[in-house]
Amino acid sequence: MIDKFVASALEAVADVRDGATVLIGGFGQVGTPNHLIEALCERGLRDLTVVSNNAGTGAHGLARLMAEGRVRKVICSYPRSRGSVVLEELYREGRIELEVVPQGTMAERMRAAGAGIPAFWTPTAAGTQLGEGKEVRAFGGRACVLEHALKGDVALIEAWEADRWGNLTYRMSGRNFNPVMAMAADLTIVQTQHRVALGELDPERIVTPGVFVDRVVHIPYGKPRLW
Amino acid sequence: MDTVVDVVPLDRHGMARRLAADIPEGWVVNLGIGIPTLVSDHVPAEREVIFQAENGVIGVGPAPPPAEEDPWLINAGKQMVTLRPGGSFVSQSDSFALIRGGHLDLCVLGAFEVAENGDIANWAISSNEKAPAVGGAMDLAAGAKRLWVIMEHTTKDGRPRLVKRCSYPLTALGVVSRVYTNLAVLDVTPEGFAVRDMIPGMTLEALQARTEAKLRPAA
Repeated sequence: MIDKFVASALEAVADVRDGATVLIGGFGQVGTPNHLIEALCERGLRDLTVVSNNAGTGAHGLARLMAEGRVRKVICSYPRSRGSVVLEELYREGRIELEVVPQGTMAERMRAAGAGIPAFWTPTAAGTQLGEGKEVRAFGGRACVLEHALKGDVALIEAWEADRWGNLTYRMSGRNFNPVMAMAADLTIVQTQHRVALGELDPERIVTPGVFVDRVVHIPYGKPRLW
Repeated sequence: MDTVVDVVPLDRHGMARRLAADIPEGWVVNLGIGIPTLVSDHVPAEREVIFQAENGVIGVGPAPPPAEEDPWLINAGKQMVTLRPGGSFVSQSDSFALIRGGHLDLCVLGAFEVAENGDIANWAISSNEKAPAVGGAMDLAAGAKRLWVIMEHTTKDGRPRLVKRCSYPLTALGVVSRVYTNLAVLDVTPEGFAVRDMIPGMTLEALQARTEAKLRPAA
């Protein structure tokens, strides 16, 4: 019997290693797997590279992971959200590397990784600072830059519903980066608000098929706290 | 700058209202953070315009009354919004396929500067500032069928923002087709900025005095 549920968030992240590249779902605080991130904090890892749209707010979740010195590098599109004080301070002091990537390019780099495409051309960022140092080629008279796939060792995902095969649904704007990150890592770990029986999810409604998921932990924490 | 003109510049909502009047029914539109977000408040509900938010919401409706706020439903500015009947949720991948694949009829962004060749600078004010943040601006600017900019005509200390060449880091090159300011509406043409209309009392001469790039009346 396939059963991807594990008992706790700590057990779910037990074999994440130092130096791992960790994809973290969510947009702001919506769809963000904060309990898995907190468990990662408990592991006391070093030199993590974190890929996340935002760079944490307040003092919990990703902000805590960074504040405790676990993160060597952040790859994100928008590190300057309200309350992103930890990243701002670490960046100012030169204690963290930051790679800023256009949001669509970031999503597409992970989509490419999940789909077995090593690199792709896009006009986004061509001729700008964020395109500097990248290969350039014109398609239909338009300059494009070469962007490389972005693969994770681990992806941390937040779902709304999950069954024991790891089939997932999401809630409203909580979907965001979660489906693409679930497909782009070697080890995909999910925290889900609701646990449902196999066969209960309408197949037409499953967004992430369980084949992309390795572990699920049931954490019914309620509504996201926006700030 | 000394030209005496008895005019009242548009405020933020006035600018948003002016732009909203030019959005036809049926367009798919993305609104940037800041003044652009106000545009949807000025599109009457009976004119069906589909607003899209980068975080995967298609068919964004107005802000909810406090009793109906739902933190699961936010826009790209992380404000709570509603979903119109017919709206849908997609992943970030599909949301940016929509944006980058040319499926947006219009994107409205704010900017620091727009150049007469259509270059836009709106994401960073220098190359070595505190943690830079780009979000979806470069994808939107490069991917939308039309890019309109909405911004004050000059900086707070009176420096022009409609310039010959941008001095701030670029967001995208040659993509802006129209600019709505608190003083005028201008098209970006192969010959530079062409003034479509101005607020009451404004003259082309007075507008030129507040603009670095050369202005001409629209044909």
